[in-house]
Amino acid sequence: MQTLLQNLLNGIAAGSIYALIALGYTMVYGILKLINFAHGDVFMIGSFVGFYAGNYLAKHNGDAPSAVNAAIVMLLAMIVCAILGFLNERIAYRPLRNAPRIASLITAIGVSFLLEYGGQFVFGPDPKFFPTLIEKNVINFGGVVTTNYQLIVLGVAIVFMGILQYIVYGTKFGRAMRAVSFNFETASLMGIPTDRVISTTFILGSILAAVAGILYGLSYPKIDPLMGIMPGLKAFVAAVLGGIGNVPGAVVGGLVIGIVEAFVGGSQFSNYRDAIAFIILIVILLFRPSGLFGKYEPEKV
Amino acid sequence: MKKFLTTITTAILSLVLFGCPPKTTETATGTGGTEGEIVVGEYGSLTGAEATFGLSTHNGIMLAMDEINSAGGVNGRKVRVQTEDDQSKAEEAASVVQKLISQNNVVAVLGEVASSNSLAAAPICQANQRPMITPSSTNEKVTQVGDYIFRMCFIDPYQGEAMANYLYKTLKLTKAAVLIDVKSDYSTGLAANFERTFIANGGRIVGKQSYAKGDSDFRAQLTTLKGTAPDVIFVPGYYNDIGQIAIQARDLGMNMPLAGGDGWESPKLIEIGGKALEGCFYSNHYHVDDPSPAVREFVQKYEARFGAKPDSLAALGYDSARVLVDAIKRAGTTEGPKLRDAIAQTKNFSGVTGNITLGPDRNPIGKKLVVLQIQNGQLALKDVVDPAAGGAAPAAAAAGDTSSTGNAPSTATARTN
Repeated sequence: MQTLLQNLLNGIAAGSIYALIALGYTMVYGILKLINFAHGDVFMIGSFVGFYAGNYLAKHNGDAPSAVNAAIVMLLAMIVCAILGFLNERIAYRPLRNAPRIASLITAIGVSFLLEYGGQFVFGPDPKFFPTLIEKNVINFGGVVTTNYQLIVLGVAIVFMGILQYIVYGTKFGRAMRAVSFNFETASLMGIPTDRVISTTFILGSILAAVAGILYGLSYPKIDPLMGIMPGLKAFVAAVLGGIGNVPGAVVGGLVIGIVEAFVGGSQFSNYRDAIAFIILIVILLFRPSGLFGKYEPEKV
Repeated sequence: MKKFLTTITTAILSLVLFGCPPKTTETATGTGGTEGEIVVGEYGSLTGAEATFGLSTHNGIMLAMDEINSAGGVNGRKVRVQTEDDQSKAEEAASVVQKLISQNNVVAVLGEVASSNSLAAAPICQANQRPMITPSSTNEKVTQVGDYIFRMCFIDPYQGEAMANYLYKTLKLTKAAVLIDVKSDYSTGLAANFERTFIANGGRIVGKQSYAKGDSDFRAQLTTLKGTAPDVIFVPGYYNDIGQIAIQARDLGMNMPLAGGDGWESPKLIEIGGKALEGCFYSNHYHVDDPSPAVREFVQKYEARFGAKPDSLAALGYDSARVLVDAIKRAGTTEGPKLRDAIAQTKNFSGVTGNITLGPDRNPIGKKLVVLQIQNGQLALKDVVDPAAGGAAPAAAAAGDTSSTGNAPSTATARTN
């Protein structure tokens, strides 16, 4: 029972990071029908901004970890990633807006490689230790052990998902976003500035990736320029699992992947952990081709 | 008809003129004249997950080669190292070694650290009759690939046995759990060897879990291992995962020591793992604070050039480069089969990591092994296993940060230069 609860907790903490990354995939896909493979690497850049900013602040504001430093680091990472997301869309994807969809997909893979190997060139290829932004405490609930980090990850993730939910369903801009995702051409005919909506979507997604990058750095303090590949892939799976293009679906998908991984990882099949996560994906897609929350839309003739 | 004849003649002529010369050049390089430089290939993980392995080894090799060249080279020729990065991936290792042999026409190949990568490249060297020396792959299968594959370090059965003996006999720990990186030949091999000796000694393996290189969340496996209440967890992985594993184990309230093999060796190990690694053990090829003159001289030269302390992979890289050049000198040629024979005859070569004599299985005979413990962020010497001195002998005293105490744990190393 104790092990069960412990694994559940571990799974939720890992899953909420996947969920944050998955939101970026799902929003961009919802609007552009583009799988932005560079998204996992924006997440990596977020971690590295956190690494440099955290070390800089520790040097200049004193070594003691503080919530203020953590907030500044988080804000900086969000700003840098927002700019990166904007430029990425503006330079790499917008010129291909009317090209066949495969062209933007391949460009996305190219941008992803550019960030990964450019990252190795700029940051160095060796793993780095993410600074301790907040003092770590171990919390024991009758045998189930957690750290304040896991709770912070969970809390911050919930807050940002809430903000996103509000933006998408409660604001005028969110309505524009949903209109663009519903039908790109009609939306522009209705006077919706589609380019601006798309840019903002990229910015929002990248901000969430930055948040995930910082939270990831806190929980798993070894970062390197290729760190975005696996979480990016898993988050993509999470987005597909939940129904790509669907915001609550991405969150549920992320949590499902995280929890399944934790349980498989703790079982005797731990070396099949990744395989089982993907098998579950295949099984779900066999029965619900558009994911758990996706709407099944038959092709119109 | 005339046109047809011309075409044929041109074709034959061009075959003769342009088709053959590369072959002749190859033989010219193969027989090893006294002109031109000798090109030695090196492949390593300069980037990717195990980047410090490749970077340290590369530094060691370059230090050796520059010394050799500034002393006039070998047989009147300079040695040039052609280095290729395999990004810590086995498939890349195979393709860059193929390139080194077919395009750069290297006379011999140095590398790798990770056994899986060495195993990917070794068959290519074997098939092309180019000797390959792996400085620090410990999996025993590597040199079994063929008679062109050599190694400079001890092998996993030896290392696994030494750690099992140390944990069971010296520390009296009877319940061990094992956490294996399933993607790595090194990790699975070393774990199997450890388990065998640990059980033979009378110990129990209470839990066994695995992960895949590059994972970052190990809490699930650790949670399960925690339930089995082991005295020690043997984690024969690579340094970049070890730090994370240690941190997460401590987060879960697990306070038993972790232990591992030479894959832990990296300047990044303690940087990533920090306090979580305090009290953990691993086996290694040499101890940087070893007071022996050979080690002191090497550490001094290395620090002067690279501004950092050399890890054991740098020391083994240095030794392999020098053993190779020594063999080229003795062979008087760089031709594959003759160079191979010369390397196989390496005997009593005085290296930083001890005296190197290659046995019939192309592994060095009787290499020393040290057991290190992480204490206050430093590596402290806990034990020396020296086959030349007749098995395990606990170190007289743990060597501290200074070498001035002069507590030489072993005097087996010949110090003739």
